[in-house]
Formats: sequence, C-alpha cells, structure tokens
Amino acid sequence: MTTTGLVWANLRRNKKRTILTMLSVMVAFFLFGVLRSVITTLDAATEVGSEGRLISSSASGITFLLPEAHANRLAAVDGVSSVSWANWFGAYYRDPNDFFAQFAIKADTYIPMYPEIVITAGSMDDFMRERNAAIVGVGLLRKFGWQVGQKVTLTGTFAAGDWDFNIRAAYDPPDPAFGDELMFFHYEYFWEGTNRQVTPGWFVMTLEEPDRAAEVASTIDAMFKSSVAPTKTQTEKAFNAGFVTMWGNIGFLVSAIGTAVFFAILFVSANTMMMAVRERIGEIAVLKTVGFGDRLIFGLVLAESMLISVLGGALGLFLARGAFAGRNALNAFFPGFGVTGGTIALGLAMALALGVVSGAVPAFQSARLSVASALRQVG
Amino acid sequence: MSSTESATMSASAPAAKGRVLVQIRDLAKNYRRGAETVHVFEGVNLDIHEGEYLALMGPSGSGKSTLLNILAGLDKPDRGKVVVDGKDVTAMNSRQLAAWRSTHIGFIFQFYNLLPVLTAAQNVELPLLLTNLGKKQRREHVMHALDVVGLSDRTEHFPKQLSGGQQQRVGIARAIVSDPTIILGDEPTGDLDSVSGDEILTLLERLNREFKKTILLVTHDAHAAERAQAIMRMDKGVLSR
Repeated sequence: MTTTGLVWANLRRNKKRTILTMLSVMVAFFLFGVLRSVITTLDAATEVGSEGRLISSSASGITFLLPEAHANRLAAVDGVSSVSWANWFGAYYRDPNDFFAQFAIKADTYIPMYPEIVITAGSMDDFMRERNAAIVGVGLLRKFGWQVGQKVTLTGTFAAGDWDFNIRAAYDPPDPAFGDELMFFHYEYFWEGTNRQVTPGWFVMTLEEPDRAAEVASTIDAMFKSSVAPTKTQTEKAFNAGFVTMWGNIGFLVSAIGTAVFFAILFVSANTMMMAVRERIGEIAVLKTVGFGDRLIFGLVLAESMLISVLGGALGLFLARGAFAGRNALNAFFPGFGVTGGTIALGLAMALALGVVSGAVPAFQSARLSVASALRQVG
Repeated sequence: MSSTESATMSASAPAAKGRVLVQIRDLAKNYRRGAETVHVFEGVNLDIHEGEYLALMGPSGSGKSTLLNILAGLDKPDRGKVVVDGKDVTAMNSRQLAAWRSTHIGFIFQFYNLLPVLTAAQNVELPLLLTNLGKKQRREHVMHALDVVGLSDRTEHFPKQLSGGQQQRVGIARAIVSDPTIILGDEPTGDLDSVSGDEILTLLERLNREFKKTILLVTHDAHAAERAQAIMRMDKGVLSR
C-alpha cells in the first residue's frame, strides 16, 4: 500500500456517496462543456465570412426588404466588382421544430461569389437550369436521408404554402463553421411563388480592393441615405457577427448559468468532503498518532477531493465531447458545434480548482485537528 | 504522596532498573472550561526505565490519559518537561513530533481504531508508509508483526471480519511494527471480554519479556494492572505508587 492507495481506499469507503458526488460533478461539467461550446461556436461564427464581401441590408433591420432596383446603383459604385442578393426563406421539412436555414439566392451572381459552396454531388449546371432546383449541404442529406435528384416539399411560414424543390446538387464546405446544413435555391422561384411580392433581403457585393471596404460601405450608405430604403452596409464578417448578437448577450447568459452551476456543485462537493472528514475524525487522529504529519494529512484529504472533482469533471467533459462529436443535433443552430480541446482543457483546470477549493477547508481542519480532543470524542 | 511534594518517582525495584528511558519533570496541565480553569495535574515527576512494564491506574478524569497523550506528544503540557530517550518531547513543534512519534511511539487504543477500509496488513503497514522502506521490506515487517500477535492467517481480513480481540491484536501489531521506543496502551482491554482481554494482556507481557519492550499501560482494571511489573496510581492529578 502507498499513501495514494490510502486515498483510493478512502474514496471506496462510502461508494454510493462517492459515486453520487462524482455524478453531480460529471453532470455539471457536461453542462459546462456544452454551454462553453455554445460560446466558442458563436465566437467562431463571428469569424465566418469574408472581409472582401460587403453586405447591404435595410437600415431599419434585417427583416425589412430592399428594392431590387438598388442592385444597379450598387453595381455602379466605385470599387464594387459584382452584386447579388439573397433572402431568408424560413420553411420547414415535416417537423416545424426541425430547424434548418434556407436562402433564396440570385444564383447566377451569388454562387461565383462563394467559393465555400463546393459541389460534391450532382451538378451546378443542373441546378442553374431548373427554376425550383436546390443545392443542399451534405449535412442536410444525412439529416433527412435525402438524395440528389430527390423532390422534397417544404412548408413555408411567412411565405405560406407547400414549396416543391428538386435537389440538383450537394455541397460540402471546407470550413465547418460555414455550415453544411444550409439550402440554397433560386430567388426567381421565391419571387414568383410569392406573386412577385418579395424583394431582396440583402445585397452581397464583392470588392475590387478589399482594403477599401469601409470607404465603399460609407459611400453606399450615403447614396441611399435619403432614399425610401436606406441601407446599412458592412463587411460580411461584421454582418454575421451582427447575426450572432441577435441571440442577445448569450455569452453573458451562458457564463452566468455556468457560474451558478459551478458554485452549486462547489457547495455540494465541499459539503460532501466536510461530511466525509467529519465522520472519520477518529481515523485522522489515529493517522496523526502513528506519525502522519499535518501536511500529509492535508494532502490526503485534498487529494481525495481533487480526485472526485477531476474524475467527475473529466467524465462530464469527455461525455460532452463524445455526445457532440461530428454531426449533432445542434449543428442546425450552431454550424460546426462541438466541444473543443480548449474547452476540455479549461474544464479540467476548473475541475482541479473545484477540487482544491472544496477540499481546502476540510483538509485544513483535518491538518489542524487536535489528536487528544479527537480521541476523546471517539472514545 | 503528592506529586508536587514528591521526589522523582521510579516505578520498579532498583535491582530491575535499566537506563532511564522516560523522564517526566514538573509536568502541569490545565484545561479551560468557560471561565473556569480545571487543574488536571501539577508538578508530576516520573522516571520510566528501559524494559519496564508499568501500569497507571486511576478513576475517570484523574488525568492518566492526558499524561499518556503528553508522553506520546499528542498533547502539550502547560509546564514541565518530558524527555524520551534523550529527546525533549515538549520542545518539539508539531512537525517534529509527528516524525518522532512514527519511530518512537507505539500507541494501542481502547477501541482499536483500525481504519475500516484497510485490511489487517494495511492497517499494520500504516506507520511504515512514513519510512524509507521498500514495499517488500514493509511487507516483511508487517508479516512479522502479525506473526508476533498470532494473526498471520488474517492478513487480508478487514476489521469488520475480525473479532474485538483480533482487532486489538492488529492494533498491537500496528503499534510494534516500527519497533518503537515505548508502547503506550490506553485501556487496551477496556472494550474486550475477559477472555480476549486476558489474551491481550498475555501478549503485552510477552512483548515486554521476550522483546524487551517498554510499556506504559493506562487502565481502570486492577486485574489488568496486576499483570504489569509495577502499578502507579493517579487520582485528582496526584501520582502515587
């Protein structure tokens, strides 16, 4: 036996309590892993998008449409090399809760702007030829069991009714953060399907010189400032970051929940260690009697607490990593969602800190225990 | 005879005396109970010679366990000095005391105080974890100690699988495994039936006779005390023969 063996033996003393405590730590760190990953995924999402593409949306907000006529004026702006536009569609396939994003795009100009849309099945020509054709991400094919060539019917929400699409191509983005559960289809189909009521949701522009993005954006906004549809123009990256902020201060919310969970589990863990130490005061007194010093006793109790926290924490974190590895349920909302190595490392550090903090008081009390009075209590 | 008035008290007959192993001089201990100061003992003097087997009797609260704890370095006196094998125990800090206890003191408790999560062998091994002995050497020491107490066939049993007498024998094996300078017993038969108690007393006698261990036994039991070479009595903080 070694002193490490003594720590393990003490953990086995009350197996039910040790397992329950470890499970509560595990659940807390599973939650931490998931919540932290929401933040890291949102942070990654703000990085998605090109600095070389500009987005012009309505100055009143993304839900307000812009006149198609803006396109010609945008194309004439000095520094703009090409213009396209897109709309949010917002339909669903069978289950309204099974969310995925669809975009109506001005395909002939939009697709060339996006090298991220790498066709891996079907063909772009087939897509371009057909009015109600669609390009879908490989993730969507897997999610719904679709195949290229298949006809699918989506149910519209604000553009009510059933909408039939023929899947003519599938894409697989090189950067997972772009998302592989998106669907693109022709703006013209959307426009006709809404009795020509719809107009572009936002314009996308490529620039001749990306360094001039700020200057060009200012020029565009100034140009439409007095029009019936003033614009807000920014780089695509900033536009995407704006989308993320539409979730509200989710970072703060998630951090607040994470902190609350951490402290709750800290109290649970500390209480468990206090109980564990209290019920073996006599044994600690015996260890001291046979020559175990204060520091060693402190270390033994602290090691016990740290083992519970780190083992429980590691279990929770790796469970979260396993549960959200590869394709997962949150990909539709958070493209590329997964528990990163950084989150695991941070979680393990927090688990270690939890072990130290929750074990410090009982370890200190054990180290300071008066053997004579402890033996009197036991006797 | 009051301990404050006494000359240094020696426990055994002059002919049997070895060198003085333990010297207790002018020892005083008080407790605070609220505003009141409780005098446990005052001016206690005692010499214990190497190889002696001494019993210390007295009613509850007489201070005998407190004296034992101070001798073991588990409690601090308010005044006086305890020298064991040439070392002033009362001058040591807690770190020094812990290290000193691991090699000089073998303590036998009334309620055995074995760790329930450890086997008999692991309980006996505890003091050796603080030494530089390797695993194999530790095992040899443990097996020898368990053999001395007659439990070499119970090494892998947990305390709850042993009778009270067997548990106390494991406790004794733990007390002797590091070959301490002195063995201190605090009512080691107090929780045992007469047969088991008798076995323990026989074992202590054997440790003293065969292995020349110096033993100080605190007990209420006159029958247990009679098995020692000499009996000291403590009553209301006064030590007498």
